[in-house]
Amino acid sequence: MAGKTLYDKLWEQHVVRTQDDGTCLLYIDRQLIHEVTSPQAFEGLRLAGRKPWRPTANLATPDHNVPTTDRSGGVAGIRDPVSRLQVETLDKNCAEFAIPEFRMDDPRQGIVHVVGPEEGATLPGMTVVCGDSHTSTHGALGALAHGIGTSEVEHVLATQCLLQSKSKNMRVVIDGRVGSGVTAKDIVLAIIGEIGTAGGTGYAIEFAGQAIADLSIEGRMTVCNMAIEAGARAGMVAVDDKTIDYVKGRPLAPTAGQWQQAVAAWRELRSDGDAVFDHEVLIDAASIQPQITWGTSPEMVVSVGGRVPDPAQESDPVKAEGMLRALEYMGLKANTPICDIAVDKVFIGSCTNSRIEDLRAAAAVARGRKVVDNIKQALVVPGSGPVKQQAEDEGLDKVFVAAGFEWREPGCSMCLAMNADRLESGERCASTSNRNFEGRQGQGGRTHLVSPAMAAAAAVMGRFVDVREL
Amino acid sequence: MIDRPCRCRVAWPTKERFPSPQMAGDPSKLSTFALKIKRVDKMEKFDKMTGIVAPMDRANVDTDAIIPKQFLKSIKRSGFGPNLFDEWRYLDQGEPGKDNSKRPVNPDFVLNQPRYQAASILLARENFGCGSSREHAPWALLDAGFRVIIAPGFADIFFNNCFKNSILPIVLDEDTVDGLFKAVEANEGYRLNVDLQAQTLTVPSGEIMAFEVDEFRKYCLLNGLDDIGLTLQHVDDIHVYEERRRQEAPWLFT
Repeated sequence: MAGKTLYDKLWEQHVVRTQDDGTCLLYIDRQLIHEVTSPQAFEGLRLAGRKPWRPTANLATPDHNVPTTDRSGGVAGIRDPVSRLQVETLDKNCAEFAIPEFRMDDPRQGIVHVVGPEEGATLPGMTVVCGDSHTSTHGALGALAHGIGTSEVEHVLATQCLLQSKSKNMRVVIDGRVGSGVTAKDIVLAIIGEIGTAGGTGYAIEFAGQAIADLSIEGRMTVCNMAIEAGARAGMVAVDDKTIDYVKGRPLAPTAGQWQQAVAAWRELRSDGDAVFDHEVLIDAASIQPQITWGTSPEMVVSVGGRVPDPAQESDPVKAEGMLRALEYMGLKANTPICDIAVDKVFIGSCTNSRIEDLRAAAAVARGRKVVDNIKQALVVPGSGPVKQQAEDEGLDKVFVAAGFEWREPGCSMCLAMNADRLESGERCASTSNRNFEGRQGQGGRTHLVSPAMAAAAAVMGRFVDVREL
Repeated sequence: MIDRPCRCRVAWPTKERFPSPQMAGDPSKLSTFALKIKRVDKMEKFDKMTGIVAPMDRANVDTDAIIPKQFLKSIKRSGFGPNLFDEWRYLDQGEPGKDNSKRPVNPDFVLNQPRYQAASILLARENFGCGSSREHAPWALLDAGFRVIIAPGFADIFFNNCFKNSILPIVLDEDTVDGLFKAVEANEGYRLNVDLQAQTLTVPSGEIMAFEVDEFRKYCLLNGLDDIGLTLQHVDDIHVYEERRRQEAPWLFT
């Protein structure tokens, strides 16, 4: 019998019962909650007279709607009344149902997917869910983590379980080492460029190979974060020494006698040598260059030396039509060298790229340079309170401010523009976020996805540039 | 049967909160599913329907496009219909609370064409519903009268969310979908009959096409069953699991 994949192992450990048709009741160890996708779930509980099964298995924090500017007015100071109501509703629901919450004024508040691992609230071997598609992030710790809808948020609150069908196994191997200046973001954008935005649909993806092993845990989070942009609900990486080192000492990590027991269990969280995957993809790490998206889907991506592609060269008519539409929306012409494109705004942040290493990488480019005049705004939005504090302890905030960037409070911010941070129609943004969909960062806004270093480089040059040549 | 009038927006089956124990579906195949349903939730049943088909001829339609982020600030499940595809549908910028009836409509947007106003079946392309997990996307589609979506492929989370809201997503192969796009374009008022129990689509000429659907999801949809109610039938199993895991992995329960 063939060995088991990491996904097989995580799945099997969490099956409560299996129905005749194969659908499983899967136990959920941790649910993360934010203000946007939870109000209707709490309301559902209330209407049905149900209580959360295990309140402390949940952790909530507001992130999508929170202002990233001055917060001295507290929740009452959120200007948009609809945003304010949503944050107030989260606070009220968590209080009523005894759900642990880091409120907006808590120093630990931040983007759920930054907060979870940072606090040790998400751990190797856990099943982790959240009403947010980027929950795949937590797979970087060797966890089974994926996004769910609001009905399922309610289901997990009420039962601590989910009804699930098992996905197929895919392994994406990034073989060899990436060149200098090539980051986790470039790796994952290259993967999506290769397999497409639906390439992972129906699969759980394990990322493996030397280039993944070489990444820090934060880098692996960036890769797993965007598994969903390749269509896979879950992305994951096997546990190694880096994982154990990362988790050790986190506020909610196991302590004392339980630590050794946990580590022993976590060491098993890797695919067996003879495990069989339904699909394997092999990419040569050395072939990966810094990536820039040109269109309105993350698969519309080119290497930094490349050009905007020509729909006339595309044989699939549906794809060609999509490319034409994307070019029109993005205000671009086919065959334009990607580095000839000037940008208006720069956003460094989001659950993809707002951790301390991301900020260090961006600061290294910004140090001693200036955001050029044609850039209307360059934002740096740390992923959480502790990330912000750490960056300030290292003096990164001063580097950014001296270069002309704005240094903000933690939250999702311009990744999806639910708060006041957004693009105006026609504005072009170099963004470290995860989605370049039409209108994602503001109606009519044009998003190009890049790594933190590439975004900072675009800010100081006013256009895209190969950060390795700065 | 084949061409009966569209029922959308007019008379969806009445909510049945306390159905009889006689469930639709083949109970012999479903021996372990919820034999003693104590409480059934808000979900409407889905059995069969006939409706006008509207074409959404682009691939990778994401949930940001289906319902833009500013409308996610609502704390309700309803009222999203007028803002379905907001950025494509109107010429101005939509905001919560804005009177949508007074907004300039984009005449080029396909769903604004008079012939599709009563549509209840959406015909789509590959990877429909990709991106954000927001359940507001199926809520908006449902609120706008859509009960069936046909595409060559759906994004996982969206696909799952549909079933939780009595929307039936149907996967058909690319060529069949292509053929349907042509037929819809060529015939005003083009309708399909959808029979979930039989797992068939019937086109106006009478031709019948089969589709696949997961047995358990079909059963839940046919009977309007609430997943939570089903799961709570297995409380003892959950307790047994927790007890075992507490021994194996105590750090998960601190």
